[in-house]
Amino acid sequence: MTVDTQTPQQREQVKTIFEKSHPGRRAATLPALDVPARSLDELIPAVSRRASPPALPEISEPEIVRHYNRLSQRNFDLDSGFYPLGSCTMKHNPKLHERVAALPGNARLHPAQVPARAQGALELMWHLECALSEIAGLPHVSLQPSAGSHGELAGVLLTRAYHEDRGEHRTKVLTPDTAHGTNPATVTMAGYEVVKVGTAPDGGVDVDDLIAKADEQVACLMLTNPNTLGLFDSNIAEIARIVHGVGATLYYDGANLNAIMGVTRPGDMGFDIVHFNLHKSFTQPHGGGGPGSGPIAVSERMEPYLPRPVLVRRHGDERAGSAGSGDVAGTTGGDRAGAENGDRPGSEPAFYELDFERPKSIGRLRGFQGNYGVFVRAYAYICSLGADGLRDVAETSVLNANYLLARLRRAGVAEYLPVAYDRLCMHEFVLSGAPMKRELKIRTLDLAKRLLDHGFHPPTVYFPLLVDEALLIEPTETETRETLDAFADVIAEILREAREDPEIARNAPYSTPVRRLDEARAAKHPVIRQRR
Amino acid sequence: MLAEIGVDSIEDLFADVPDDLLLGRELDLPPGRTEAEVYEHLRALAERNVSTERETCFLGAGMYDHYVPALIDSILSRSEFLTPYTPYQPEVSQGGLQVMFEYQTAICELTALPVANASMYEGPSALAAAGYLAKLANGRPRMLVSRGVHPHSRETLETLAVGYGTTVEQVTLRDGVTDREALTNALAGDVSAIFLQQPNFLGAVEDIAPLAAAAHEHGALVVCACDPLTLGVLAPPGECGVDVAVGEGQTLGNRLDFGGPSFGFFAATEEHLRRMPGRIAGETVDADGRRGFVLTLQTREQHIRRERATSNICTSQALNALGGVIYLSWLGRRGIVELGELLAQRTAYARDTLSALPGVSALHDQPVVREFAVHLQAPVEAVLERCAAAGINAGYALGRDDPELADGLLIALTEQRSRADIDRLADVLGAAVAAELEHVGTRA
Amino acid sequence: MAEPSYPDDLRYHPEHDWARVEDDVATLGITWFAQEALGEVVFFESPAIGTAVRKDEPYAEVESVKAVSDVIAPLSGEIVEVNEALGDSPEQINHDPYGEGWLVKIRLADSAEVDELLDTAAYQASLGS
Repeated sequence: MTVDTQTPQQREQVKTIFEKSHPGRRAATLPALDVPARSLDELIPAVSRRASPPALPEISEPEIVRHYNRLSQRNFDLDSGFYPLGSCTMKHNPKLHERVAALPGNARLHPAQVPARAQGALELMWHLECALSEIAGLPHVSLQPSAGSHGELAGVLLTRAYHEDRGEHRTKVLTPDTAHGTNPATVTMAGYEVVKVGTAPDGGVDVDDLIAKADEQVACLMLTNPNTLGLFDSNIAEIARIVHGVGATLYYDGANLNAIMGVTRPGDMGFDIVHFNLHKSFTQPHGGGGPGSGPIAVSERMEPYLPRPVLVRRHGDERAGSAGSGDVAGTTGGDRAGAENGDRPGSEPAFYELDFERPKSIGRLRGFQGNYGVFVRAYAYICSLGADGLRDVAETSVLNANYLLARLRRAGVAEYLPVAYDRLCMHEFVLSGAPMKRELKIRTLDLAKRLLDHGFHPPTVYFPLLVDEALLIEPTETETRETLDAFADVIAEILREAREDPEIARNAPYSTPVRRLDEARAAKHPVIRQRR
Repeated sequence: MLAEIGVDSIEDLFADVPDDLLLGRELDLPPGRTEAEVYEHLRALAERNVSTERETCFLGAGMYDHYVPALIDSILSRSEFLTPYTPYQPEVSQGGLQVMFEYQTAICELTALPVANASMYEGPSALAAAGYLAKLANGRPRMLVSRGVHPHSRETLETLAVGYGTTVEQVTLRDGVTDREALTNALAGDVSAIFLQQPNFLGAVEDIAPLAAAAHEHGALVVCACDPLTLGVLAPPGECGVDVAVGEGQTLGNRLDFGGPSFGFFAATEEHLRRMPGRIAGETVDADGRRGFVLTLQTREQHIRRERATSNICTSQALNALGGVIYLSWLGRRGIVELGELLAQRTAYARDTLSALPGVSALHDQPVVREFAVHLQAPVEAVLERCAAAGINAGYALGRDDPELADGLLIALTEQRSRADIDRLADVLGAAVAAELEHVGTRA
Repeated sequence: MAEPSYPDDLRYHPEHDWARVEDDVATLGITWFAQEALGEVVFFESPAIGTAVRKDEPYAEVESVKAVSDVIAPLSGEIVEVNEALGDSPEQINHDPYGEGWLVKIRLADSAEVDELLDTAAYQASLGS
């Protein structure tokens, strides 16, 4: 008699919350009507009223809790295991952050509260802006964009406003062929044509190709440094010269900021606009796909075009009404206020407010001020680490990546998964699974699926597009040496197993709640809602 | 570790950074602090905010002080929902993917539209994203937006329209709702889409269907931003001829958080499925025939279609959307109707009570569900300050966005604002207006 | 279709498209190599009848789960017929790329263009490189 060794999750016949609905059940308690009841027809004409209620579930609280708790157990997560997703910076999310974000003064603060009664929030945003300004090496910040690609859109629209203000109508934006997909998508949304710049054999921008393509129709070059191959482009100063030489702006995609905080700064490299991913380097939990936040820092010449409103600080008698007398974050050269409230010695306390008088602003990118709850967490992180801690992050993330790379260059692995660029990496590196595919008949996809059986989340796969069968690996600074060793050992083990029998990896995973899923079916016959 | 790598020091690992680009000094930031110190610092900052815990809040204008049930906090704080990445490896992400599927279903039910995505950042940017869909659908150069649409949404659309290469024209209101004649006059074959809001920014219930029909006669798309909690009592956009329904999801189980994070929802007719922005989860089966969920129709998205993607969106608001679907399940089919009716009754009562005060009159008398606007004969900001001193946030000064509405005050209700609260608002507001009028009278 | 196949009654374009020419009408599709590289095709939306296509330029897209590919016109002309069956069964492009998986038929604008296309041998040789 054979035993069915499926896990309880594998056996479970999943039901959606709708399928657990029973007429008459209910979780919510609502207040009773306490005003004189009028006929609904009187209040809202029948033509505007809903005829039949939406078919939302009818379910009790214990059933809701049990449903979502069980669902959560079908997820792998960062608190449970290693997540070396290149370009995503899956570092530990400090638990203090949830506590401070939940403080009622933060969580229950209405976004339209008048500034006089939201000074704590506005001051927190100010300090965060100052810190981001210092990290970027650029004087002006907007916290408004809600994600990295939202920040990118802000940056390209800022560029457009800058050029139009000079009477120039440029048509193209350059991106490297290794760029993250959000870069070209953003360019099109902002009304520009994407032109790709090639990559040199050493992994950096092909400077000759850049020179050939940089002309006065180019509005901007979007780059990240280190790039998506995990390599620092030492030609960055020359690249900046070339780009600025044709009057274009230089945009920094901050996805890889983790490698350089406190070591070097995009502003010093010549970038005009930088976006940050607070959900990458600054520990906002990823939430399974958001929320994030994508603030931008910009150079002096881009400042007039910043999204509105802009946060300003005024002192005592320089309150609202005296235009232009306020400070803007960063211009006072760093912000050592920290625990203090930004007083100049002997003056009235600082007052923070939002300045809407911005005639050259590109306008709004969203409602209110941005993802404040994310600002709270990022600010708590920066306070916790401080100047020294942030530099530690960069050094340790680069150390961990190079160490893991070195472990994966040992025999048994390197011949099947060679590093794509034979040089020191920064905080991440790319391996190519092409030899593995040729020799062992398993692909990067199969290796990734087999890693799941070993309790690791796979690295980023098939990105960047430039590398065949790519594996982009970013360990981050919060992983121990033991974890990195264990990961390297498992990679070696999977390759050994594949030499014996490639079918094992090809049919992996085996131990996860579901096996490989039919994605073609989902695309051909999309079922994207519960059938009634 | 350095030995394994083959370098002598960590500095060696940064050899690719040119010397003249090395910062060479510490960041000009305070040193790191202990957890307890950071907590105390953040706590002290939060203390200086007057939250809805410390005053009775009638402030709305896009986000509202609803009660967030405790089960949402407990489920969202689970590591398995809080800390994973976007579900690129579906075999270990069935929790998150099934949540998306359930959320999409709930949004389809609410809006009575057949397709929905797994969330946008928030309301105003979701409306602007609908503009991009319209541009992809018909490529026409003009967009018409009602002044009943939230000022933040209008402004966001204008910002993005610069990149779309379309113009945005505003359609005036008449008697508090979109002026149908003005809309009809502006419509022509070169209009890509019209944008409406239900209830509108002044709280008025609009008659959407005829406006949608007028747009369709010219082949323009109809986009409507909806308040999701009113969709238990108001006719859903899918039954009014709306092609794309968007909206702010904060009221669905999300905290105020000084404006974010929350989520935006985005639903559309079947025709626009392949133009939808954002993540979409779909149902399928695994190799053993088990039911499962995956991200689907990914060829729309930036990581595959790149410059021809339907949007640049990557990270959205998955955790907040989870809060949304839990809340909608908590409310349930009957709860959302009951809540809508409760809000409508209390809002009508509030409007009647306040309009009876000297110096206060209704800005319009259109039907309202949860928010209404009044006209004050006394300076609005001064009245608000007096109310605040009495522990009441009396509402949103409409003059903040529109000089023509400088005398206007927008007042919002939630289920947390009882009749007693409304009566107290009336007392305090009435006294504040009277005091301001007297103050002015004394000076004159 | 499991094994590579390049029928010799067809003409080929280096961007992996084929044409079957009968008088002034050509049937177009993508080759075995293209469908193999793409993986299982999940979506193909036919362009409208009457659309003008130009040699060497894209006239449609083919989608698999994880990729989108432009379909390049091997010849110039006007679309006179489209394969509606692909709406429900796009996988025919994989199973029978030269038969049931045909994409469109065009009325040729310039028959001389046919001579610029490759024959089976030349196309297969280009794959080897």
